Amino acid sequence: MAIERITRITGRGLPLRGNDIDTDRIIPARFLKSISFEGLETHLFEDDIAQAREQKAGHPLVEPAYERATILVVNRNFGCGSSREHAPQAIRRRGVRAVVGESFSEIFFGNSVALGMPCVTGAAADVARLQSTIEQAPDVEITIDLEAGQLQCGPSTGSGPSRAQSRDGDWRMAITLPAAARESFLDGSWDATGLLLDRFEEVEATKQRLPYVTGWR
Amino acid sequence: MPATLFEKVWDLHTVRTLPNGQTQLFIGLHLIHEVTTPQAFDMLRARGLGVRYPDRTFATVDHIVPTRDQRRPFGDLMAEDMLSALERNTKAAGVPLFDLHSGAQGIVHVIGPELGLTQPGMTIACGDSHTSTHGAFGAVAFGIGTSQVRDVLASQCLAMDPSKVRRINVSGRLTPGVYAKDVILEIIRRLGVNGGVGYAYEYAGDAVDRMTMDERMTICNMSIEGGARVGYVNPDQTTVDYLRGKKYAPQGEEFDKAAAWWLSLASDPDAHYDDVVDIDASVIRPCVTWGINPGQSVFVDERLPAPADVVSGERASIAEALEFMGFDEGQPIKGTRIDVAFVGSCTNARLSDLREAAKIVRGHHVAPNVQALVVPGSQAVRAAAEREGLDRVFTEAGFEWRGAGCSMCLAMNQDKLEGRQVCASSSNRNFKGRQGSPTGRTLLMSPAMVAAAAVAGEIVDVREFTQHGD
Repeated sequence: MAIERITRITGRGLPLRGNDIDTDRIIPARFLKSISFEGLETHLFEDDIAQAREQKAGHPLVEPAYERATILVVNRNFGCGSSREHAPQAIRRRGVRAVVGESFSEIFFGNSVALGMPCVTGAAADVARLQSTIEQAPDVEITIDLEAGQLQCGPSTGSGPSRAQSRDGDWRMAITLPAAARESFLDGSWDATGLLLDRFEEVEATKQRLPYVTGWR
Repeated sequence: MPATLFEKVWDLHTVRTLPNGQTQLFIGLHLIHEVTTPQAFDMLRARGLGVRYPDRTFATVDHIVPTRDQRRPFGDLMAEDMLSALERNTKAAGVPLFDLHSGAQGIVHVIGPELGLTQPGMTIACGDSHTSTHGAFGAVAFGIGTSQVRDVLASQCLAMDPSKVRRINVSGRLTPGVYAKDVILEIIRRLGVNGGVGYAYEYAGDAVDRMTMDERMTICNMSIEGGARVGYVNPDQTTVDYLRGKKYAPQGEEFDKAAAWWLSLASDPDAHYDDVVDIDASVIRPCVTWGINPGQSVFVDERLPAPADVVSGERASIAEALEFMGFDEGQPIKGTRIDVAFVGSCTNARLSDLREAAKIVRGHHVAPNVQALVVPGSQAVRAAAEREGLDRVFTEAGFEWRGAGCSMCLAMNQDKLEGRQVCASSSNRNFKGRQGSPTGRTLLMSPAMVAAAAVAGEIVDVREFTQHGD
């Protein structure tokens, strides 16, 4: 595997409001019935989208204004529930390269690290402000700087009417990422397989000191 | 230095500290199934890697298994593809597979313990969030994603950060009609569905000490529903007695040495905890979820909350749940009509769960217009239940008696809710669409409560359920 360092991600935002959005909603179980991850993105939030349509409401995932978005902005405990990697896979395959939220479920977070998709957290008020800013100006440019621990919002990139609608100009918010995850994006070690195989004699030595391997001698 | 079980097991399995500060953690037992592994084996092949320790890896098939007609090839060709892939991959790697002909097939979290594969002091990983179940034995067990399954297959290791440990003391006696399921639903209601993020939950206290292994598994199973990736109970004599004689448990003299080691792993009395929570078991009543996450529950004699009752940050969640469920704020949960009753899942489909449900249905009949099914957690549970005649108790009462698997817990087989059906379910998740219909509705509760609801056709208080014919 070629090493890919991830330090900055720039793009448009996709605001998805709601707490405790579970992985069954992100990708319903019937779409797990496949031996590959290909095409999962076409079913991302499929049932939520269908229900929104029935209620004649919109859903950000099918909003044309967010079609080119690469930064998903969510609220609290995103990705809770099932450990299915199909959820971050579907999000990543939709073109999302980073997720900003108030908090994430641990398993979803870890699965996203393994895909090279950082999930960064910010204060609830900042995240809400970011969602509002994007809703007012979908073409606002967002830059996540993992090294500086900072997210830059604005200015908007387009020349269309949404530029004028952006009432909330350039601003910055602090973002955090656990130290180890941050390190692994910065040094390109987020795909851990190589690292784990690196000093295999130490793995074997660990195994050979486990009482349940040696027969409690 | 006094230490918790979590710290002792973590340290024992630490290979080294990685450059990013994470622990390279050896995984003592890797359990795999058909849904989250085919892509992992493909990734291995793409990188020219093999399975490093096939002797520490065991497979079964559970999520997609049809529970009625199990003849091959399955009618559902996608399910057939998934099982075929698992058969090919495990055969090529030399990994034992407990398949449909083995007599030992079942939900991965049911068969690990009943075969004695799950043992105290192990690190256990599986591509399934309910792997926390195995923590009931004093193992450090957690769910992982497919890329991490790849890593464990390739190296038997994971790059991990250690958790903080929260001790949850459950003390006092449970009253009749109140079960382990009610205890864990109450813990999740109290601490929140994300309260456990970053923590391992250590369940302790005299109420947990008195619990059987099956009950401890029910509690640990739903740790993840409270946000905790790991949940465990310290090993004690109950643990040792359960494991004696199990197929993969140590035998003879080795067993006694193993037992002494297992008991030594329990958290030291003066161990440091990052947090401690006390729960009074004696005041817990039968719990029923009314919403769209497992923290949204009430006692069966309570009413649903109103958005105005809670802090402003929670109002939207409650309003969304009430709308999805089609329930009114302040309505009693008792009397809620059901369409389907499901006794099954890795939470509550062990023999003792089936016995409790059977006690309730004996001499009764499922209400008209209710479909009721019992899906044993494993072929071994099914066979043991049949030896006791439980299958007849259920079928005579109008329940369907099915083959072992995950079934309607997540509806990856033919067992699904339809439309807006309401299901009284002994499973673990009431998420939107969880049971196979995007608009279907799930009410989580203990197996005994499911059985009572099946008979009454609506949610009833199992404590008031009168047994005709007694």
